[in-house]
Amino acid sequence: MKRVYVNERWCLGCHLCEYNCAFANSGETDMVKALQGAEIHPRIQVEGDNKISFAVSCRHCDDPICVKSCIAGAISKRDGVVRIDRDRCVGCFTCILVCPYGAVLPSPDGHAVRKCELCTDNASGEPACVRGCPNGAIVFEER
Amino acid sequence: MAIRYDIPEYEVLRDPQRCIACRVCERQCANEVHSYDPDTGTMKSDETKCVDCHRCVSLCPTHALKIVRNPDTLRRNAYWTGDTIGEIYRQAETGGMLLSSMGNPRPYPVYWDKMLINASQVTNPSIDPLREPMETRTFLGKKPDRIERNPDGSIDLSNLPPQLELQVPILFSAMSYGSISYNAHESLARAAKELGTYWNTGEGGLHEDFYKYAPNVIVQVASGRFGVHKKYLEAGAAIEIKIGQGAKPGIGGHLPGAKITDDVSRTRMIPKGTDAISPAPHHDIYSIEDLRQLVYSLKEATEYKKPVIVKIAAVHNVAAIASGIARSGADIIAIDGFRGGTGAAPTRIRDNVGIPIELALAAVDERLRQERIRNNVSLIVAGGIRNSADVVKAIALGADAVYIATAALVALGCHLCRTCQTGKCNWGIATQRPDLVKRLNPDIGSKRLVNLVSAWQHEIMEMMGGMGINSVEALRGNRLMLRGVGLTEKELEILGIKHAGE
Amino acid sequence: MKKLDYVIVGNSTAAVGCIEGIRSVDKAGPVTVVSREPYPAYSRPLISYLLCGETTEEKMRMRPADFYEKNGVNALLGKRAVRVDPGRKAVLLDGGESIPFDRLLIATGSRPFVPPMSGLERVERKFSFLTLDDAKALGAALTPESRVLIVGAGLIGLKCAEGIRDRAGTITVVDLADRILPSILDPRGSAMVRRHIESRGIRFLLGDSVAEFEKDRAHLKSGKTVGFDVLVVAVGVRPNTDLAAGAGCAVGRGIAIDERSATSVPGIYAAGDCCECTDVSSGQRRILAILPNARLQGETAGVNMAGGEKSFANAVPMNAIGFFGLHVLTAGSYDGEAWVETAPGVYRKLVVRDNRLVGFILIGEIARAGIYTSLIRERTPLDSVDFELLKHKPQLMAFSAQRRAEKLGGAK
Repeated sequence: MKRVYVNERWCLGCHLCEYNCAFANSGETDMVKALQGAEIHPRIQVEGDNKISFAVSCRHCDDPICVKSCIAGAISKRDGVVRIDRDRCVGCFTCILVCPYGAVLPSPDGHAVRKCELCTDNASGEPACVRGCPNGAIVFEER
Repeated sequence: MAIRYDIPEYEVLRDPQRCIACRVCERQCANEVHSYDPDTGTMKSDETKCVDCHRCVSLCPTHALKIVRNPDTLRRNAYWTGDTIGEIYRQAETGGMLLSSMGNPRPYPVYWDKMLINASQVTNPSIDPLREPMETRTFLGKKPDRIERNPDGSIDLSNLPPQLELQVPILFSAMSYGSISYNAHESLARAAKELGTYWNTGEGGLHEDFYKYAPNVIVQVASGRFGVHKKYLEAGAAIEIKIGQGAKPGIGGHLPGAKITDDVSRTRMIPKGTDAISPAPHHDIYSIEDLRQLVYSLKEATEYKKPVIVKIAAVHNVAAIASGIARSGADIIAIDGFRGGTGAAPTRIRDNVGIPIELALAAVDERLRQERIRNNVSLIVAGGIRNSADVVKAIALGADAVYIATAALVALGCHLCRTCQTGKCNWGIATQRPDLVKRLNPDIGSKRLVNLVSAWQHEIMEMMGGMGINSVEALRGNRLMLRGVGLTEKELEILGIKHAGE
Repeated sequence: MKKLDYVIVGNSTAAVGCIEGIRSVDKAGPVTVVSREPYPAYSRPLISYLLCGETTEEKMRMRPADFYEKNGVNALLGKRAVRVDPGRKAVLLDGGESIPFDRLLIATGSRPFVPPMSGLERVERKFSFLTLDDAKALGAALTPESRVLIVGAGLIGLKCAEGIRDRAGTITVVDLADRILPSILDPRGSAMVRRHIESRGIRFLLGDSVAEFEKDRAHLKSGKTVGFDVLVVAVGVRPNTDLAAGAGCAVGRGIAIDERSATSVPGIYAAGDCCECTDVSSGQRRILAILPNARLQGETAGVNMAGGEKSFANAVPMNAIGFFGLHVLTAGSYDGEAWVETAPGVYRKLVVRDNRLVGFILIGEIARAGIYTSLIRERTPLDSVDFELLKHKPQLMAFSAQRRAEKLGGAK
C-alpha cells in the first residue's frame, strides 16, 4: 500500500509539510484564515535543521501496536490506514507511550490525540504534506 | 560604516494580511534577509542583503512576498544612472575589480529579435510534424569531401571521421563543477543521456561519480588544465579545447576560493581555499600551429576515436580565427557570443568585450564557405540562446547545433539574480554549500531539463514543418528562410539575409 | 483433523486478544468464553472516565455487538468458573456445567485487595473501584455534598478521585506510603503530580493509615479523624490465580507464563493481569498489569493455541495516566544511573544500566515517549544511538541514517 516515505537526503528542513498538513486538517479553505496568528498542530513533524532533517509521520504499520494498546478501542485500521475515532478517544495517551516513531501527538485541546491519516479524513485528496514538499523529500508511493 | 553609500537595489514587500509566519522564507534565504521576531510573532526583513533570487517568493505558501526594485532612487539621469554611480561607490570603497555573474545584461541589440522565419504557403506546401517524419537528429564532426564507394556500390563508411550523434541540435554548454554544484552536474548528465545529446564538463574536470555518464559527456581542456588526466580524456565522447568564452574573451576562468570544497579541489586537482584563476592564454598555444599540435596530441592520446572541439569567444576577427581552426585539424568549432554566461567574470569585460553570436556565426559560416572548408568542421554556437526560435534562426544562419547554458540553469530554477560569485545560490545551482546544494534534487532537475529540450524540439519541428523543411540538415545555412527587420544594410550584409519584404 | 475446542475463562482485553489470535489461524474451532461479569467485553480502565462523563457504557464496549457471533464465540455471560480438571480437560462452572476444552486460556484478571481494617463492617457505603458495576454503584451513591474518603493513593485511587471530582463534595485520599503513586514515581515526580492534584481541591494524608472505622468517621494512626459519607478502598489488587493453581499450573507472583503465553501445563495458557512474565527491562519476573500487555499476551496465546507460532518477548511495565490535564508516562525499571531534567510543570528522568535505557518517567512533557519505550523494549545498545540527543528529548535523529532509512524510508 502507498505510504508517505522519506527521502532524507532531499529534506531541506523548510517545514512546508507541517504547514500544509495543518492547513489541510483545519477545515478551512483559506490558508491564511486557517493558520494566521495561531500555533499550528500538524500531524507530521520535522526533526533537524538545514544540515540533516526529515519529517516523521505515522507509518501505518502492518501490525500497529497503537491499535492494540488503546484502552478505548479508538484506534483502528481500515483500508490500510490507521485511524483515530476522536469521539471514543479519552486522551489517556497510551498510544503515545507505545508508538516507536513518536508519530502520535496530543490534540491542541490537550485531550484526544491526533496523527496522520493520509488525508483520508479531510478534503485534501492525496497527502497534503507530499504535495507541499518542494524537493521530493517525502513521497506517496509503494515501497 | 558611518556613511552608507550603497542604496539597496531591492525592497522586500511582505503583505501582513497574508503572512502566517511559517518562517520558510527565513529558513530558505542563504543571505539571511528574513528573520522571525519571537516577541511579536512576526517576520522581519533586511532588504540590504536581498539579491532578488525569488527563493522566498517561490516558496511562500500564502504568496505574501514580493521583491520589487527599490523606488528609493537617485535623481534620474540617462547618462549617470543609479547603477553607474553605485559601481563607482563600490570601487571607491574596495579598490577592487567589480565581479559579476551570468551573461551581459546591457541593452545591446538583440539580432535574434530582428530576424523573422519563413513559412510555406501555396507554392511550397508546409509539412505537418504530427503526421510526417521530421528529423531533428544531426551529426557533429568533420564531414568527408567526397563520397567513397565500395566495390559493391555501397557507401564506404570505414574512413569516416568520428562524429557525435545528437537526437536534437541542442547540447548543454560548459559549466564547471565548482561554479555549479554536484547536483546540477548530475541533472545535466542524466538529462543529456535521456535526450540523446551531450553535456560539457567545463573546466572543472569530471567528478568520479559521473564517469557512468561518460558516453554523453564532452570533456573540456581549458587553459588551467584543471582536472585533466588520461582517464578524463579517455572518458569523454569528445574533447573540447577551450580557448575563450563569450562572457570574458581574452581572459581565463575564475572560481572564487569560497566555492572550492574538498570535492571540487580533488576533481580539479587544485588546492582548497584560494581563487582558481585560469591563465588567459593556454601557455602552450601561442599560434595556430601550436593549436594544431595540441589538437593532434589529444587525437593521438585518444586513438583518433573522438572529435576534438575548439571553443572560442566571438571577437572582432572571429572569422579569420575560425578559418585557422578549421585548418588545424579540429572537428568542431564552438563559438560563444558576448551574451554567454559565467560563474564569475570582471564586470567590465563581461559587459564590453566580444560581439553578438548572430553576427559572428554568419561571418564564420560565410568565410568557411568562401574558403571551401565549411565541411572541415561542424559549428556549435552559444551565448544566450533563449528559446527554440533562436535555435532555428541559428541553424538557418549556418550553425550545426547550439549550446545552451543559461537557459538550462533557468530550467533548473535559476532566477538570474546574477550573484553566483558569492557561492550562496539559493536554488542549489551555483553553490558548493551542502545545505544549499541539497535544494536541487536531480530527480526533479533532470526532468525539468528533459521537459525544456523536448518542448523546444517539438517547437523546432513545428517551425521547420511550417517552412516546408523536414530535417535539420536541410535548415542548416538556409539563409533564405530568414528575413531581417529594422536592420541596416551593413547588418543585413553581414548576416547574409534579405530584408523582410524582399 | 478434529476441530479444536477453545475455552477462555475471562472476558476482558486478554480474552478479546485471544479470540482474534485464534481466529487469525483457525476459523472453525468453537470458542467458548466464560465471563463472570454479565457484560460483553468492556474496557475496565475506562470506568473513571465513565463517572466524569468522558465516555458512555456503550462506547466502553471493546467490540461491536455482533463480535462474538461473527467470530463463532459462545459467550457465557454471568457464569463463574470454579475449577479446572486438567486430566479430563474440562472447566467446571458454578451452575454445575462442565465445558470440555482442547486449549484453555485463563484470563481471570485480578480482584481488589481489601486488607483487614478494624470497623470496616460498620461502613454502609463502601466501594472498590475495579469493575463497571463498582463504578455504577459508586456513581449512584454520590451526591454533590458527598464527602469521599479514598484509601490508596495509587493508580486506581487517584483515577477514581479524578473521575468523581465534579460529582462529589470533598475528596480525601489516605495512603500508608509517604508519596502518591509510589509504584511508578520517584519522590520528585510524585511531589509534582501531587501538587497538581491538590490544586484541584483534593486533600492527601500520606504516611498514614486507618486505625479504626466508625460508620461515618475514620480514625487514622496519626490521630487525625476524617469524616466521610462514601468510602472507596483502592489499596491494591490480587491476581486471580486459584483456577490455574488448581489445574496444576506453576504460580509465582501470578500465573507463570513464557513468551508464548503458555503455562507449565500443556494446553493451558494464561494472559493479562493474572499472570507473571519476564520484564525485559529488569530481567525479573513480574505481573505487568497494563492493557497493551494483556492484549498482546492474549493474542499470542490465541495464535499458539490454534497451532500458529507467535511470541511476545519484550514486555515491560508501563503506564500512561493523566490527572486533570497533567500526564504521566512511565516505563521500565528505575534501577540504574539516572538523568533528570526539570522545568516548571515538566519532569524527565531517564534510567540507564549496562549500556541500555531501562526506564523513564515523563511528566508534563510527554510527546513521543514511545521512542524511549521502544529503546527499552528492543534493548537497544545506547552506544549505537546518540544518547546525548535523547537525553534532551525523544527523537529519531538519535538513530543512524541507515536506521532512519529503515524506519521512515522503507529500506530493508
